[in-house]
Amino acid sequence: MRAFVTSLLSLLILSLPAQAATNDHVSTFTLDNGMKVVVIEDHRAPVVTHMVWYRAGSADEWPGTSGVAHFLEHLLFKGTDKLASGEFSATVARNGGGDNAFTSYDYTAYYQRVAADRLELMMSMESDRMVNLRLSEEDILTEREVIIEERNQRTENSPGALFNEQKRAAQYLNHRYGVPVIGWRHEMEALDLDAALAYYKRFYAPNNAILVVAGDVAPDAVKALADKYYGVLPANPELGKRARPSEPPQTAERRMVFRDARVAQPYVSRTYLAPERDSGAQKQAAALTLLAELLGGGTTSYMAEKLQFETQQAVYTASYYDGDALDDTSFSLIMVPTEGVSLADAEKALDDVLKSYVERGVDKEALKRIKMQLRASQIYARDDVSALANLYGQALAIGLTVDDVQTWPEVLQSITAEDIIAAAKSVFKVEKSVTGYLMTPDGDAS
Amino acid sequence: MKALALALAAWLIALPALAEVDIKDVTTPGGLTVWHVEEHSIPFTALELRFRGGTSLDAPGKRGAINLMTGLLEEGAAALDARAFAKARDGLAASFSYDVGDDTLTVSAKFLTENRDEALALLRSTLVEPSFNDAAIERVRRQVLSGIRSNEKDPSNIAGESFAKRIYGTHPYGSDDSGTVESVTALTRDDILAAFAATIARDRVFIGVVGDVTEAEVGPMLDTLLGDLPATGAPLPAKAEPAFDGKTTVIPFETPQSVAVFGQSGVPFDHPDYFAAYLLNVSLGGGGFESRLMEEVREKRGLTYGVYSYLAGKDGADVWQGSVQSANNRVAEAIAVIRDEWARMAESGVTAQELQDAKTYLTGAYPLRFDGNGPIANILVGMQIQGMPIDYIATRNDRVNAVTLDQINRVAREWLKPEMLSFTVVGQPEGL
Repeated sequence: MRAFVTSLLSLLILSLPAQAATNDHVSTFTLDNGMKVVVIEDHRAPVVTHMVWYRAGSADEWPGTSGVAHFLEHLLFKGTDKLASGEFSATVARNGGGDNAFTSYDYTAYYQRVAADRLELMMSMESDRMVNLRLSEEDILTEREVIIEERNQRTENSPGALFNEQKRAAQYLNHRYGVPVIGWRHEMEALDLDAALAYYKRFYAPNNAILVVAGDVAPDAVKALADKYYGVLPANPELGKRARPSEPPQTAERRMVFRDARVAQPYVSRTYLAPERDSGAQKQAAALTLLAELLGGGTTSYMAEKLQFETQQAVYTASYYDGDALDDTSFSLIMVPTEGVSLADAEKALDDVLKSYVERGVDKEALKRIKMQLRASQIYARDDVSALANLYGQALAIGLTVDDVQTWPEVLQSITAEDIIAAAKSVFKVEKSVTGYLMTPDGDAS
Repeated sequence: MKALALALAAWLIALPALAEVDIKDVTTPGGLTVWHVEEHSIPFTALELRFRGGTSLDAPGKRGAINLMTGLLEEGAAALDARAFAKARDGLAASFSYDVGDDTLTVSAKFLTENRDEALALLRSTLVEPSFNDAAIERVRRQVLSGIRSNEKDPSNIAGESFAKRIYGTHPYGSDDSGTVESVTALTRDDILAAFAATIARDRVFIGVVGDVTEAEVGPMLDTLLGDLPATGAPLPAKAEPAFDGKTTVIPFETPQSVAVFGQSGVPFDHPDYFAAYLLNVSLGGGGFESRLMEEVREKRGLTYGVYSYLAGKDGADVWQGSVQSANNRVAEAIAVIRDEWARMAESGVTAQELQDAKTYLTGAYPLRFDGNGPIANILVGMQIQGMPIDYIATRNDRVNAVTLDQINRVAREWLKPEMLSFTVVGQPEGL
């Protein structure tokens, strides 16, 4: 019974994290101007995925301009010196391809999926808009309405999304991970041409970008094309080191109640500030990845066993950890109580389960099963070259290396039961946590 | 993201794939038809089973029974209870998913070559001897009820369900196939068993297998998997008769952005005009950022994040449907623009350039569909269930390219009915 999961909470993705296969056919090189290139070969179909990742996301924005990274992402589909507004996507479509882009806290990425013999055209257009964007006031005004409607659709129309936004804001005392990628509405309404161009000029440069080409291509041919289109662009000498505000010690537990008439199914959630994957030091993140699976990764997890099967106090439980971040990330838990169970009782049951898990230790059979699944996921991963392209692009954008990506499966296999419990103890600190109740206006939060 | 990815019913025409994909039509010793592609480069296999009928086979008064039954297929079978089953599946690193919609129940499986027989035995147990024990029924029933309550307060879901009820009336398409709180609460174990008997049978299954398995292995494999299924299930439901009145109906709901679903009658997949209609829809509201609806509603006016139209082909009904979301004080304008564009397209059709762009988009996107064993297996069952010939793939782009400007514009005049385009709007829209 899985459909329920997606209908309730899209933030928790209940699948094992993607991993690189050992047999990736991956090549890497760096252009003279500092642009990193990753080539992943898969010759089963004459198709290519072409992606450019910028090491700049919403957490790199200046205060007061929240949403500008994402706004600029939209504006990159407007004109350049060579292309009229909308012509980029229209050209991709006329060549039988699809294109899109996405913005996150740590990166912004643009991609096209197209027949392999159109790669040069994609590079010619993508390299053009890296430096030659031409925006008008009218572009800005119309597209600002579009992103506000996007916020309406993703956030304002969903109490769960509004609740998450408030929780993140409480989790981060200083880091801009506490500010939504889409932006705070009042700041989005004031975004202008200057803000978009300032961000563009600062971050859009080859020495801040990663090119990933995956599919039916040869590394030498990709190198030649990359030199021709991206290699000629000047590096931005003022880019500087990527430094952002960091978290001070977190010393006070945070609690919140979010009420909304549109809530049909109340739930309690808990997040803890947690360390992320670091280049060359991925063990702690690997232990937390396994912890999230063992604790709340599905039907056989500890939370499901205790709360859904034994006490039946929950209709749904999950835990989630995403170590793919540049700075401190979070470890999340959620419990959707059975009808008649209060949120306060649900929270207590959740705390009891966490406590007993840390005391009782890891079930060796469960750990073995998950390691088997992780091994198999390397085989399944080879079937989806676009997902591999994402994996490498994201990793390089958050400061990891190709070597980190390729050793990650081994690091996961090396984790012991003791490592997992030690990681749990170090993360489950109440003073670093946010506990939230999502409920109806008249619900009892006591 | 610049635009939400949209799956919709794109596979209806985009079904096929690379001409090089070598599909074999295999008849098993036991008499099952299997479409098979051998692909040994990665040591796993993707299997897709699709049973025609789906939730439209719910018995009268038992709405939600087939949905609940489907949710229970992975909750225990043969000697294994839900957790023992999940442990066995995870231990093999196999993945099974069970999904049901208006017209089909789909089982998608992936399993490794190294433990294929064990994985298939486990999958078989869920299709032949599911337990449906009382504890699992109650547990999954609570999850379904929780989902129904959430859907009742989700504006997109309210809009979709309200529109369906309005056009399909008392046909099963006209009600939420999860059922209502009342109908699901009342379901008994016997109802679940009846739902299972109605849905899972050999006379309605379509099979696609792609991956690391030889042609000689496929027949015995499928006979073992499905040989013990009952020969027949429940009779398939009658056709629906979707009705459109051309009006805009508002369902009040307190939320900042209105959700609108709209539609008119569609074009059957087997009609000679279908390809022209599909191309027409690409220019009207399908595909990417280049459609007229995206251009007029989003790009020029900034009224929405996304507006789409598509040909929704169900077994028992064809509808030309679409959706848009816009702030309460702007949705009236968005709807007016959509109505204008619909009328303009009906009256003057597309330009030669638009037709050419739609053709190059569709024919070029064609090979991109074949991006993995799982997607190909999905396409193989889609082709079979639509009644396509096995060589369809090689001819598909020719059929797209054969559509002329005269034909597409005749189709625009004859099939688009702006006066019948009906909107259901959920929210607090101003000026409607």
